[in-house]
Amino acid sequence: MGATKSLKKSENELADANRQLEILSNGIFQNGELPTFAKKIKETNQFPLRPRKLEILQINVGYMCNQVCDHCHVDAGPDRKEIMTWETMEQCLEVIRNTGAHTLDLTGGAPEMNPHFRRFVEEASKAGIKDFIVRSNLTIIRANKKYYDLPEFFKKHNVHVISSMPHWTKGKTDKQRGDGVFDKSIKALQELNAVGYGMPDSDLRLDLVYNPSGAFLPGDQASMEKDFKKALMEDFSIQFHNLFAITNLPIARFLDYLIASENYEDYMYQLVEAYNPMAVANVMCTNTISISWDGWLYDCDFNQMLGLKVNSKVKHISEYNEEVLNNRDIVISQHCYGCTAGAGSSCQGTVA
Amino acid sequence: MADQYYDPKDLRKFGKITEWSEELGTKFFDYYGKVFEEGALTAREKSLIALAVAHTEQCPYCIDAYSKDGLQKGITKEEMMEAVHVGAAIKSGATLVHGVMMMNKVNKLDG
Repeated sequence: MGATKSLKKSENELADANRQLEILSNGIFQNGELPTFAKKIKETNQFPLRPRKLEILQINVGYMCNQVCDHCHVDAGPDRKEIMTWETMEQCLEVIRNTGAHTLDLTGGAPEMNPHFRRFVEEASKAGIKDFIVRSNLTIIRANKKYYDLPEFFKKHNVHVISSMPHWTKGKTDKQRGDGVFDKSIKALQELNAVGYGMPDSDLRLDLVYNPSGAFLPGDQASMEKDFKKALMEDFSIQFHNLFAITNLPIARFLDYLIASENYEDYMYQLVEAYNPMAVANVMCTNTISISWDGWLYDCDFNQMLGLKVNSKVKHISEYNEEVLNNRDIVISQHCYGCTAGAGSSCQGTVA
Repeated sequence: MADQYYDPKDLRKFGKITEWSEELGTKFFDYYGKVFEEGALTAREKSLIALAVAHTEQCPYCIDAYSKDGLQKGITKEEMMEAVHVGAAIKSGATLVHGVMMMNKVNKLDG
């Protein structure tokens, strides 16, 4: 592990989403050693997977990032140039003003690197959405002077900050997210705490996301949260609200790592063995629409990275219609096992 | 029959032991599951104990399972290695403490 370039820039064959989908459908799933996800959910009469009420609009404002994390399902990095234009943002704003969803979730890449990010947040926050999330990688706050005031900016717009933190130790964090990431993340968390984020009685929400640093599933979310809180408080006087434990899905860079380290089959076995039908009912694609930097619509951010657009007449933000979209079958493949393993996994943590 | 006694893939088949004796197999797995739940000891502490015992028992399946379990629980490699040393210390101590028996015998016969 220890990526410096995106798969795309390295011209890795896995930069091609079709190649990833091929791998996920061949081998152990083709020869029947493991059931396909479709077959598995048929056992509990949950096929085809259908949306519930739309609750979350997740907008990916670009794949550019100041980090190149080993597990990144977006294959994000400084070399990615896909950035949402203001024109597409305006289309998103129109949707945000009229949506029935209660949560707006901005992600990337590092969303703050989009040149229109602040203007977009200012406009979107006027729409009165109940929960306005920005997924910040933390180090961006310390990356350049122009980002130093982000904690104040987030506070001003009552943004709910969700940030990745793979471990409370430097070694494990830097291994996954790059040298120096741990120290910068700690500093950024302290700065967020300083303006009121993450404090026990504060409305300024600060949540952390934990995802495993290797080919294993996350442990119990509540226990991990306890361990994180204890260690971050004792070592750095840092406070935060909730920890979301997220399973790494076998796509993009994590799929590349699984194959290169000869862990792919074992990992897929782990996911299938941990399959939990209770998690299927609440899986995030059933209450989320994911919008890409260029305005295409997807069932989730993972399907976005695999190029699997929504199975609906409405496929682009320019023709957005919630009623039509809600009447669709969700597009699935074997990567979906990542969201149904154990207590389930979503951008908001466990689901079962 | 495989041409080796241990096959990593056999660990996945552990649950199948119930097929040849459902009652006992089920009782074992119920008991096993209960043992590893949070109790007076945390699940994390139990995982480290299991890892140490896995080594003293020299069970490859258990080492495989509890190395992974430790990672899932956020246990660091330094903590895991210390647990293995605890097992090793008890194993070597158990050998060495029998030296007293040897000393007793020698002293009785030739003291």
